[in-house]
Amino acid sequence: MKKIEAIIKPFKLDDVKDALNSIGIKGMTISEVKGYGRQKGQKEIYRGAEYMVNFIPKVKLEIVVTDSEAEDVVKKICEAAYTGNIGDGKIFVLPIEEVVRVRTGERGEKAV
Amino acid sequence: MNSGDTAFMLIASALVMFMTPGLAMFYGGLVRSKNVLGTIMQSFISLGIVSIIWVLYGYSLAFGPDVSGLIGNFDLAFLNGVGLKPGPYAATIPGLLYCAFQLMFAIITPALITGAFAERMKFSAFVAFTILWTTFVYLPVCHWVWGGGWLGKLGALDFAGGTVIHLNSGVAALVAAIMLGRRKGYGRDSFLPHNLPMTILGAGILWFGWFGFNAGSALSAGETAVVAFFSTQVATGAAALSWIMVERMMHGKSTTLGAASGAVAGLVAITPAAGFVGPVSAVIIGLVAGLICYMAVIAKSRFGYDDALDVVGVHGVGGLWGALATGLFASKVMNPAGSDGLFFGNPHQFLVQGIAAGSAILYSLVLTFVILKVIDIIIGLRVNEEDEVQGLDLSQHSEVGYSL
Repeated sequence: MKKIEAIIKPFKLDDVKDALNSIGIKGMTISEVKGYGRQKGQKEIYRGAEYMVNFIPKVKLEIVVTDSEAEDVVKKICEAAYTGNIGDGKIFVLPIEEVVRVRTGERGEKAV
Repeated sequence: MNSGDTAFMLIASALVMFMTPGLAMFYGGLVRSKNVLGTIMQSFISLGIVSIIWVLYGYSLAFGPDVSGLIGNFDLAFLNGVGLKPGPYAATIPGLLYCAFQLMFAIITPALITGAFAERMKFSAFVAFTILWTTFVYLPVCHWVWGGGWLGKLGALDFAGGTVIHLNSGVAALVAAIMLGRRKGYGRDSFLPHNLPMTILGAGILWFGWFGFNAGSALSAGETAVVAFFSTQVATGAAALSWIMVERMMHGKSTTLGAASGAVAGLVAITPAAGFVGPVSAVIIGLVAGLICYMAVIAKSRFGYDDALDVVGVHGVGGLWGALATGLFASKVMNPAGSDGLFFGNPHQFLVQGIAAGSAILYSLVLTFVILKVIDIIIGLRVNEEDEVQGLDLSQHSEVGYSL
């Protein structure tokens, strides 16, 4: 099992959600986060003085999937979140040791 | 006495009064949230301090019988003899109403300066400054131009206070910004405005109140008030536009703060000329004001002083441009009681405007320096470092602006 964490541009969230639905991914957790990468934040201008504001709003998706689904999910997120501009985001794939469904007590891939 | 004029001047006085809380909003939104109340207070309390000074001796020194062209005497102290009959300055309204109208000008002028030393001055020092500066700088300069003093006799035109109010406060702001020193972290930390909508609202209130300021300076509900009202509107709109156009060229974006700043620059610049120029001249004065005030604000970072809210760039430079522009664009067609400017065949007027502006700059520069020096020795101008980091709201007033 893998956990996929994707940091994307907020306006791409709907596209990504639809793309993942289309390959049968049923659930995800999202959070509003802030951060910056190579683009080093955004510029704000007040009376001609430029200020760098380091942290830009982003959305983080967390999805746990089976090993076999992981590659497809990464591909779909990449396609759907792509704009070609700086700040499109990053995807991290992490191993998951165990999954437990609270309601039934099921474990492992059955609980994903 | 004329009841129409009286009604108009009552409203105009109230409009000018409204500019001071408008200024408090304008400045309040531009500082960090920990200083919002301290900044608002520095404008708001001028309504109290200067009102008292005005009754005690302020009106008398500014508008009382002239002493050698330099200052009024104490004949009108405690408003002795200032009553409901028309006074010497306005033939159709009660003398007390003229006194009230002028009081509102005296209130906002020291409040304008506070933008220069925002976020770092002790409240006690600020109160002392307002009292001393109003007494020793505002009252004399006001007398010189409007109270029968030497600049008025020389023929200097200042319709609603470009020299007396804006240039005067702008120069004082420069001195204050340099003497207080930069805010802690200046040049390293970013000092982002904490509430721009509040600033825009404040700018709107200023614009609205300015009709009282400029049209009211006609002192009667007649043709000159109409000229002043109209030139105020178009110059301000033009300046807001030219500021955001330069911004777009320099940075690729037009900002709301730019529009508000440009509008204030336009209001400042048209003030001395308001009742003397036609609409087209007013538009030109406004367009140039937006451009040069923007440049002046940008230039600040080259010189390295921390005029926190750009009083020098907007009021100082805008006021200087307006004073000189009056000497260029004034026309007797618009106001037979005025003069023609350089562009209407009278270069002498331009020279007179230069002398008026130059003497106000020099006087304000020297006296503001002396006043601040004295306060620094006796009270200390600046809050200590801990209080500055904590913010003026808590350290000076034991309050916070927002409990969210």
